[in-house]
Formats: sequence, C-alpha cells, structure tokens
Amino acid sequence: MTTLTDPPKESFRLSMLINDTRYRSLTFQAIAAVALALAIWYLGNNLIQNLRAAGLNISYSFLGDPAGYDINQRLVEYDSQSSHARAALVGVLNTILVAFLACVTATIFGVIAGVLRLSNNWIVSKLMAIYVEIFRNIPVLIWIIIIFTIMTAVMPGPREFRGDNATSSMVLDLFAFTNRGVYIPMPFFENGLFGNATLNWILVLLVAAGAWYAVRMNNARAANVQAETGVRPKTIWVNLAIWLVPFVALMFIMGLAWEVPELKGFNFKGGIKVGGPLIALWFALSIYTGAFIAENVRAGIQAVSKGQTEAASALGLRPRRVMNLVILPQALRVIIPPLISQYLNITKNSSLAIAVGYADITATLGGITLNQTGRAIECVLLLMLFYLTASLLISMAMNVYNASVKLKER
Amino acid sequence: MSDQNNNSIAFVATETIPESPPPARETGVVKWMRENLFSSIPNSILTIVSLLLIYSVLKNTLPWIVNGLWTTSSLAECREILDGTTGACFSVLTERWNQLIYGFKYPVEEYWRPNVAFVLMLIAIAPVLFFDLPRKLLIFTALYPFVAFWLIWGGTILGPLVALIGFVVAGAFFQKFGRNNFALGFFGAVIIALIVWSVGGAMIPEGASDNALLPAVPSRDLGGFMLNMMLGLTCVSLSVPLGIALALGRQSDMPLIKGICVVFIEFVRGVPLITLLFVASVMLSYFFPPEATVDLFLRVVIMITLFSAAYIAEVVRGGLAALPKGQYEAADSLGLDYPQAMRLIILPQALKISIPGIVNVAVGLFKDTTLVSVISMFDLVGMIRGPILASTEWNGVYWELFGFAAALFFVVCYGISQYSQWLERKLHKGH
Repeated sequence: MTTLTDPPKESFRLSMLINDTRYRSLTFQAIAAVALALAIWYLGNNLIQNLRAAGLNISYSFLGDPAGYDINQRLVEYDSQSSHARAALVGVLNTILVAFLACVTATIFGVIAGVLRLSNNWIVSKLMAIYVEIFRNIPVLIWIIIIFTIMTAVMPGPREFRGDNATSSMVLDLFAFTNRGVYIPMPFFENGLFGNATLNWILVLLVAAGAWYAVRMNNARAANVQAETGVRPKTIWVNLAIWLVPFVALMFIMGLAWEVPELKGFNFKGGIKVGGPLIALWFALSIYTGAFIAENVRAGIQAVSKGQTEAASALGLRPRRVMNLVILPQALRVIIPPLISQYLNITKNSSLAIAVGYADITATLGGITLNQTGRAIECVLLLMLFYLTASLLISMAMNVYNASVKLKER
Repeated sequence: MSDQNNNSIAFVATETIPESPPPARETGVVKWMRENLFSSIPNSILTIVSLLLIYSVLKNTLPWIVNGLWTTSSLAECREILDGTTGACFSVLTERWNQLIYGFKYPVEEYWRPNVAFVLMLIAIAPVLFFDLPRKLLIFTALYPFVAFWLIWGGTILGPLVALIGFVVAGAFFQKFGRNNFALGFFGAVIIALIVWSVGGAMIPEGASDNALLPAVPSRDLGGFMLNMMLGLTCVSLSVPLGIALALGRQSDMPLIKGICVVFIEFVRGVPLITLLFVASVMLSYFFPPEATVDLFLRVVIMITLFSAAYIAEVVRGGLAALPKGQYEAADSLGLDYPQAMRLIILPQALKISIPGIVNVAVGLFKDTTLVSVISMFDLVGMIRGPILASTEWNGVYWELFGFAAALFFVVCYGISQYSQWLERKLHKGH
C-alpha cells in the first residue's frame, strides 16, 4: 500500500512572483513589456510634440512631387521633372548595380588572393599577405576617396585626346579613360526582331537560358549513359555547339554592331559611359572586401585536412577531380557562410556612395531628396526599409544555397 | 680464411672518404630559391611578374618619398622648389599637423589636455589588454572615463564628479544586496544612481563652468584624428556590456525578451551605419524632449554604440553557443541561480572564446568612425576633404594627405589585430 499523500497545497503569495521560478519569468516579461510600452510612448510623445512644434506631419505625398535634380548615372529613364519616387527607383537600381558588380569582382579578387596566399612561392604568398593586411586595416571610405581622386584628378581630360599631338589616346581605339568617366563600346542590334532594344536583349537572355538548360540535359544524359555502361560519352563538342550555334545565329540575324565612343566637341559621345564615382565605388569595394574574402577562402582551404587529398589520390582521382569532387565541396562549406556576410557588407557599404556622389539610394533618397523636401523621418525610414529588405533577401537566398551544400547528417 | 679473402678482392678501401660538400644547388640561398621561387615554370613566371610589380611600384614611390619636402608653406612653393622633378610635398602634414590631429576649432593653448588624456588612456587600457599586470591598475581604468571627460571637455569638475559618485554609490549598493538577490541589487543600484545624478545635477550651480580650472570646450569643436579615437574608444567600451546583455537576452527562454533582442539585433545588422548616422544627425532630435538639446557628438555616440552592440552581441552569442552544454548543466546542478551561473561559470568562459571576435568588431568600428565625415563632422577624413583640401595653399595635395590618413589607421588597426592574434595564442590552452 502506498501512503503517499499530496503535498499541502500552497496558496499563492505575492512574493512567489519574484522567488518562484514558475512565475518569475512571467514577472520579468511583464516588467519588460511595461518598460517597452513606456519607452515607445515616451519617444512617440516626444516625436508628436516636436513635429507639432515644427509644424510638420508624417506624409509620403512628397514622393509624387517633381524631384528637380538631375542624375547622370542611371539605368532607367529619368529627368529633373520626374518624381522623387522615380529618383529613389534610380537610386535603388544603382545600388543594386554597384553591389552586384562589386560582389562579383570581390569574389574573383578574394579567391585569387586567398589561393595565391597559400602558394608555395614565397614572394607571391608574401605579396598577397601584404595586400590583405593593407586593405583590411584601412577604412573603406579612405579607399573609395583615393580611387575617386585617381579617377578625377589623375586621368586626362577629354581635351587632351584632341589634336595631332594629343597627350592621351584611346586604348585600342575602343576604350577612353577620361576624368569624366570611362567610355566603352556599346553593342546594339541593327535590325532587331523587336522594335524595342530591351526586348531584344531579353530575347538574347532567353536564348542563353535555353542553351544552359539544354547543356544541363545533355550532361544528365551523359551521366545516365555512364551509370549504365561505365563509359561517359564525350559531351564537350555538343555542349559547345549548343552554346554557340543559336547565339551566333541570333547575333547574325539581328545584326550585332558596336557603337564606339568618339571625341565630339568637348566630350566623348557614343558608347557606354561608366562614371568615375561608379568606378571608384565598385573598385574600392571590390579590393577592400576582396581582402576579407581572401582570408575566408584561405581558412576554408586550410580547414580541409590533408588526408582528404591523399585519400582522393589513393582512390586514383586526377588532381583536377580531387579539387572538384573532394576539396572544393568541403572547403565551400566553410567558405560560404562568411562569404554571405561579406556580400551583405558590400551591399551595406555601397551606401558610402554618398561620399563620392554616386547616385545610389542613399545619395538620392537620403541625400538630395531629404535635403530638398526636409522630410527627414520619412526618407530615413524608407532608406532603412530598403536596406533591411535587401539584407534579408540576400541572406535568405544565400541560406538556401548554404543548406544545399551543408553536410547531410543522419 | 682471411688470406684467401684478401687475395680474391682487388681493392679494399682502408679509410673513409672525406665528406664532400653538398652540390651547390642543394644548399643555402640557391636551394631556398629553387624551392620557394623557381620550383616550376608557372612558379618562375609568377616570381618574375611579382618582382616586376614590386620594382614598378618602388620605382614610382621611392623617389617621390625621398625627394619629399617637409618645410614649405604652400603647394605652389613646393612645386617651385621641386621644379618638375617628382617629389612629395609632406610639408602639408607638418604645417597642418594640429588640424589633422585635433581638428580646426580646438583651442591651441589647450592641446596639452587631449595629449594628457591620450597618455592616461594608454595607462588605463594596459591592465585590460594585458592580464599579467597588477589588478590594482583597474581602479585607475574605472576612474579614467571621468578624468578623460574632464580633461577634454573641461568646464566644471562637478559634472564628472557627480557622475562618478553616482556610479560609486550604485556599485556599493550592488555589492551589498546584489550577492543574494541579483534583481534587487541591480534595479536598486540603477534607481539609486539615477537619484544621485538628478540630485547632484541640480546642485551644480548655474555657470559653474565659466571660471573653471579648465576652460570648457564644446563638443562641436572636437575634430581630427582625436575625434576618431574618442568615438572608437567610447563606443567600443559602451557597447561591450550592452552587447553581452543583448546576447544573453537572445539566449533567454522568455519569449518577449528574446523577441525584443532578436528584432533589435537583426534590424541594426540589416541597415548600413550611414543610415544610423543619418538618424543621429537629422532624426534623433525629434525623439528627445523638446526642451532638451543633445549635441551631435552624443547622438552619434548613441547610434554607433547601438550599432556595434548588435555586432558584439552576435560574437558573444557565438561564444555562448560554443560552450559545452555540460557547463550549463554543471552550474545548474551546483544550485546556482541564473545570475550566479552566468557571472561565475558561463560568461568568463564564453567571453574568453569571444575576445578575438570582439577585437575584430572593435577594429571594424574604429575604421567606421571615418563615416562621421559624411554627416559633416570634421574627423580626420572630414578635415582632409574639408578645410585642408579646400584651402588655397594646399588645394591638390591628395596623396600625402590620404597616404597619411591611411598610414595612421593602418598602424592602429594592424596593431590591434596583432594584439588579438597574440591573445588568441595566449588563451589557447591546447585542449
């Protein structure tokens, strides 16, 4: 017979709120909630009072008003009569442009420097170590300004290209490096299938996507054949044909031509103009972040133990396949997460555009629009919202990729 | 037997041949070069390309540095003396040294005050960086913020004194009551400090700063590299405790506290520092009471502190997560409550793991202090781009100035990161 009795029921006492672990967390959360509500009320109340005193209100209608300022570097149609919202859109696209370009080049610089730093060539590895240390330890703002200074103060002006004994000349007669920006040839279609240039380019992209898909199918077929018979059919020529034939045919039909920049009057005309601020920002972000990526790459490669290489070689794999099938997949697992945060850093650091006058979202919405309309709160909130969304999107996309290369534990 | 052997063998060496030296290509410099510079054809090409690169860089910069002038009074004079030859015009650094370091408004006769504060900072920071130094020095470290504030801003000594007394009283209260009941000790200490500050603040007579020992310097007069150092040091030291609190909050099992911390950390990490500085310069004053005037320096310190606290919180969270679960369970099984377990068991180990990460955040933050030049504060970069390059004497001296700024930041940041690596080796116990 068990004679266990229930413990005497304790009645609830007030001190249990702080001394009893069952209730304590509730007490603390209640205190936190009250404190948070008080803080929000206090700040909000101050805001309302200050706004009333200044005769302001929170309103986003200024976005529809004409902006009244010009933007040189733009990807969509825009003039000074366009609205502030349109200017912000130009800024958003410019931010995306420079962030994308810088991510690509920073990755290239970083991978090259990271691999070379592990080279057994003494002088090369030391040079790369110097590169990494110099660029990591100097603020990116100083790099942006230095490169911007090179772009504006050291490059020759367009009039130095003039005349018979010009002091400067175009590189290969195609590229012009001037203090107003770099001019490069622009491809265009003489008799495109659509009247609109954008639609023609979308067609080119579609063809490229189709070719990419066809190559994947072809590779999958080869893998199936290999699985059945043990012999992998040669795919390289077929793949090359899939890539090139439709592409070349399309270019031929639509009549691809190049518009080469030319010196007309006081400035270069034609071609694509890449402004000095864009180049300064792009290049500075690339080399600065490249130094960080180099360290990540080095750490990733060093994290793969030497036994992996030896085991793969012992299985009879060739060096290239050892790299592709054994080392890289494992190194990437270590490299990808810090690489994501470097991409995020590039996106956030691209806001330094305002220091050199590149019209990104910070310079348009947070700079000129803010100063012209005086709508500080609205502009800064929209700015933060944009960067927050961009950061979350990048980390989401990268986390999906990260999950796909993650070690599958069972 | 032996005779027979002797006859059948034509030649027997009776003495050992002296050791010959190894082939020349297998020793010394030649071997090192063969192995490290010219081990294969691609490697040799890389070596030659690198040497050419180094040569071309040195060919352009060395004469520029060696021919540099240090004593002229303007760029035009420099160009006249150099007369077409390459050479730097370092005289901008000597002539504008004070502006570069202290900004252009800090009173000249008071330069000794930031200098003394800087030297004292080295003493105050030493026991934090090097654990072998006597622990008594930490008392000076605790006093340093008040001393430094008084030295740099000047004015009445009563202000920093009241702040110090508030901290001392609150600390004493916490020592007495916090041992047994952390919540009572902590919140009681906060309330007592607030009372001391408000009472003490009201007791400081109006105009006490007018005839003070050290003349008051308003914070809009601060500038130059001094401003970078002050922002960096203040914000890092304020954000470490805040970051630890945020990290603990993020680990908490109370959903509301955790939610607040997660939202704050992710929000701050998702936006660039520039937008936060915009908040400081144009938006933050709307959130203060209408009668309060909070100067720009303080607003910037608040925003940068919040910014770096979020990053430090993530570093500390990594340290907390890296601790084996057994440590938490051991603390629980000893019957320690949450504050005791954190203070005595978890945080000492977790912080040790996170020190290198925290130092990295500190270096990044120090570099980011240059961003305040965007909101028209005259830090080192702001001074160079603003008053110095705009002046008629030095319009066009880019390389010397930006090179100087880069060198200054490099020395400090490289020094800190070397310290971090040294500390990592020292703390690594090999288990």
